[in-house]
Amino acid sequence: MHEMAICESIRQILEEQARSAGFTRVERVKLAIGALSGVEPEALRFGFDVVMRGGVAEGARLEIEDVAARAWCMPCAANVAISARYDACPQCGSYQLQVTGGEDMTIRELEVL
Amino acid sequence: MSQTRLIQLEADIMGKNALFAAANRDRFTAAGILALNLVSSPGSGKTTLLCRTLTEIAGEFPVAVIEGDQQTSADADRIRATGAPAIQINTGKGCHLDGHMVGHAVDHLSPAEGSVLFIENVGNLVCPAAFDLGEGARVAILSVTEGEDKPLKYPDMFASADLVLVNKVDLLPHLDFDIEAAMANARRVNPRVRLIRVSARSGEGMGQWLDWLRAARAMALASRPVVEG
Ligand SMILES: Nc1nc2c(ncn2[C@@H]2O[C@H](COP(=O)(O)OP(=O)(O)O)[C@@H](O)[C@H]2O)c(=O)[nH]1
Ligand SMILES: [Mg+2]
Ligand SMILES: [Zn+2]
Ligand SMILES: [Zn+2]
Ligand SMILES: [Zn+2]
Repeated sequence: MHEMAICESIRQILEEQARSAGFTRVERVKLAIGALSGVEPEALRFGFDVVMRGGVAEGARLEIEDVAARAWCMPCAANVAISARYDACPQCGSYQLQVTGGEDMTIRELEVL
Repeated sequence: MSQTRLIQLEADIMGKNALFAAANRDRFTAAGILALNLVSSPGSGKTTLLCRTLTEIAGEFPVAVIEGDQQTSADADRIRATGAPAIQINTGKGCHLDGHMVGHAVDHLSPAEGSVLFIENVGNLVCPAAFDLGEGARVAILSVTEGEDKPLKYPDMFASADLVLVNKVDLLPHLDFDIEAAMANARRVNPRVRLIRVSARSGEGMGQWLDWLRAARAMALASRPVVEG
């Protein structure tokens, strides 16, 4: 599962932030995870605790904000909500959709000491 | 007692990989190298197809191979037997290649200008989808011994593919695999995808695949920035 690799990236970013923003402990981490990012929030939670051990975010609380998927429908010329990549447009049924949101994974907020 | 404070940020978790991938891509573009990221489930025929391809195009243009499929350590040897320079990346427990690993492998291989660099990713349709390697095109291989619904089960991978090779079509007469349904499913997750039926065993469809490869290479070479002298 690449959730472990993703947790390693989060750890790296937190260690860099600790140096640049001058903190020594992270109490809480808030992530925004897109519905199409290909990541299982549950697996991420599991990997998070393991990967953060021995670093600035050991024992930190993890909050995950789900970001809904959105797509541009060409026939409708409108932004529509989808739940999977292969969904049809909920308005017109077309598959000519261009995903516009819900693919990213970002760190949004840190509570630090 | 110290007070906690809040830090707001917008840090892309995949940002590091994106930087490595971008550096690889710049390097490929500058040298007119076509880098292909070959992805599939384990056993779909990536290595077999690669070996046949290398044999058929031998001498046409320079090639290099990065072998990331750790399933069998013999894969890199199978490839070197065709005469192509190859480097094996030991991914260990890892389930995907990333931009950093590929950058180092490229340092070692130093592919010639105008070459085609084939990168055989780890056999896995989930994790490699999330890791850009800096490739010019992503080629997914789906074999007819798998389910027709694979593109729907692994939409991230099929949505990010530029080309899908439907492999092992020599076995079609013995199976009840509905190839039209499989191809329709791939188009459903990726309306712009190109699909080619091939058999690494019988050679069927190899001509079409090699035409695609030659055209993609010519494009990579033609879009190389011109250095004024
Ligand atoms: N019948 C048939 N078998 C194939 C074809 N391509 C590969 N195979 C077989 O599929 C198995 C897995 O192939 P391999 O190239 O190692 O797959 P990889 O794991 O994707 O690299 C091997 O036994 C190959 O001989 C094909 O076009 N037709
Ligand atoms: Mg292989
Ligand atoms: Zn994985
Ligand atoms: Zn619509
Ligand atoms: Zn390095």
